[in-house]
Amino acid sequence: MTNAVEISDLHVSISGSHVLQGVSFSVPSGGVTALLGRNGVGKTTTLRAILGLVASSGRIQVLGNEVSGWPTHRIVRLGIGYVPEDRDVFSGLTVEQNLRLAESGSGAQYDEVFSLFPELKTRGRQRAGTLSGGQQQMLSIARALLNHRPLLLIDEPSKGLAPKIVSEFAGVLERAAEHSTVLLVEQNLSVVKRLAQRIVVLDHGEVVHRGEVVDLEDPTLVRQLLGVAGAA
Amino acid sequence: MNIFLVLTFSGVALGAIYFLAASGLSLIYGLMDVLNFAHGLFMTLGAYAGYEIATRLPSSLGAPTLVILAIIGATVVGALAAGVTELILIRPLYGKPISQILITIGLDLAGVGLLMGGFGSTALQIPVPLWLIEPTHIGGLYLPNASFLAIGAGVLVLIGLEMFLALTRYGIIIRAGVENREMVRALGIDVGRAFTLVFVIGGAMAGLAGILYTIVFSGDLVSPNQGDSLLIFAFIVVVIGGLGSIRGSAVAALAVGLLQQYTSFYIGGHSGWAQIGDLSTVLLLAVVLEWRPRGLFGRVA
Repeated sequence: MTNAVEISDLHVSISGSHVLQGVSFSVPSGGVTALLGRNGVGKTTTLRAILGLVASSGRIQVLGNEVSGWPTHRIVRLGIGYVPEDRDVFSGLTVEQNLRLAESGSGAQYDEVFSLFPELKTRGRQRAGTLSGGQQQMLSIARALLNHRPLLLIDEPSKGLAPKIVSEFAGVLERAAEHSTVLLVEQNLSVVKRLAQRIVVLDHGEVVHRGEVVDLEDPTLVRQLLGVAGAA
Repeated sequence: MNIFLVLTFSGVALGAIYFLAASGLSLIYGLMDVLNFAHGLFMTLGAYAGYEIATRLPSSLGAPTLVILAIIGATVVGALAAGVTELILIRPLYGKPISQILITIGLDLAGVGLLMGGFGSTALQIPVPLWLIEPTHIGGLYLPNASFLAIGAGVLVLIGLEMFLALTRYGIIIRAGVENREMVRALGIDVGRAFTLVFVIGGAMAGLAGILYTIVFSGDLVSPNQGDSLLIFAFIVVVIGGLGSIRGSAVAALAVGLLQQYTSFYIGGHSGWAQIGDLSTVLLLAVVLEWRPRGLFGRVA
């Protein structure tokens, strides 16, 4: 099996703080790999480093290409859909315009995205800044799914959302994972258990565990790695 | 009453020129955080390009054709100068605001110096058709025709820019980039190309502003420092309107143009203190910033 992402000895410093200290792991093609860890251990920074949004040293391979030093747009064009932690929809643009920006080539799958999120179709002319948090997350996920990207980087899709909406999004991501490789950062362990097959755990800027999602059934390990009770 | 209406009309015309000068500056700052001090040079270059076209082409073409060609030429030269500046000087300096400011100030000084060397420091006269100098008689008022030209150009550019920003893919990229440049990149879009385009558009507006200012307000005279004096008002307009907002620039330009005309005449005319018009715009700037620190239409940083 080839790897969709391969990271070795990744270091990132942000304003003097050594956030990632030699991170190495790989994301096999197909399925969902969850990147876990306490707050502030460098999960988001790892995704941002893969996208070239922060300066890093070390090796990063994405979909078979050595991308260290590439500009972000070139890395993304290899076929990455990205859902950032804070959704980052363009609040001054309409829903339609937000989606239009995400189009690449002629392969935009509007029908599919609108069947997943019918609300985005009816709210096409609404400014994204006036959407609710859940609707903004829909839009952010829709942007990433619009082009059938082979690799999806998804950062905390459940953050700040009601359980019902979280479960709806989990269903969408489950379907997306049927044809894309997903690297998922997520704090909600029930979502992780539902979606992921593999886990990578970070702590203090280093990988402290690589394994299968069943490892999360061990409460002692969960407490030790994530500092939370494992009963979720 | 008639005087008030004439002042209002010429204030709107002056506002239109300020808007042309400010819109490019505002777009460039809004998307790229570049405070472009070479914008004044682009305006001056536009005016000199217009002068060269109007004086070197055969006069058999006729004054109206020549002045139209001069206006087009000024716009194109402004656009080219700005595009080349972005590609060669600004591009290596993104994320280094101090260096950008220094290099654009340096470029402006060097450019103005070269123009002085090449054309001399005395003002040069652009030949314009008679109808541009004559007034039109409307309802008891004599309104200068050149002012109609400025107002028409201002309105067309405002509508054109708004449509470009609202409807075209590049327009949407630029608006998205003003909000969150990083996310635009993360959608696979080469923001660099949009940056160059914004500079080109800004430069075109500057060139147009330069030649129209010459025709409408400086008695068809071109001089090496004219862009820099116009630039000061353009900056005031951009800050009052809110950095990055085209509509804000339009409203602020109108306000500054009108205020300047009214105070120059009603206060300056009686007291003999001619600079009161300029001073009033700075006072307006201070009042607006006290009340709304981000300007009238400024975005939240």
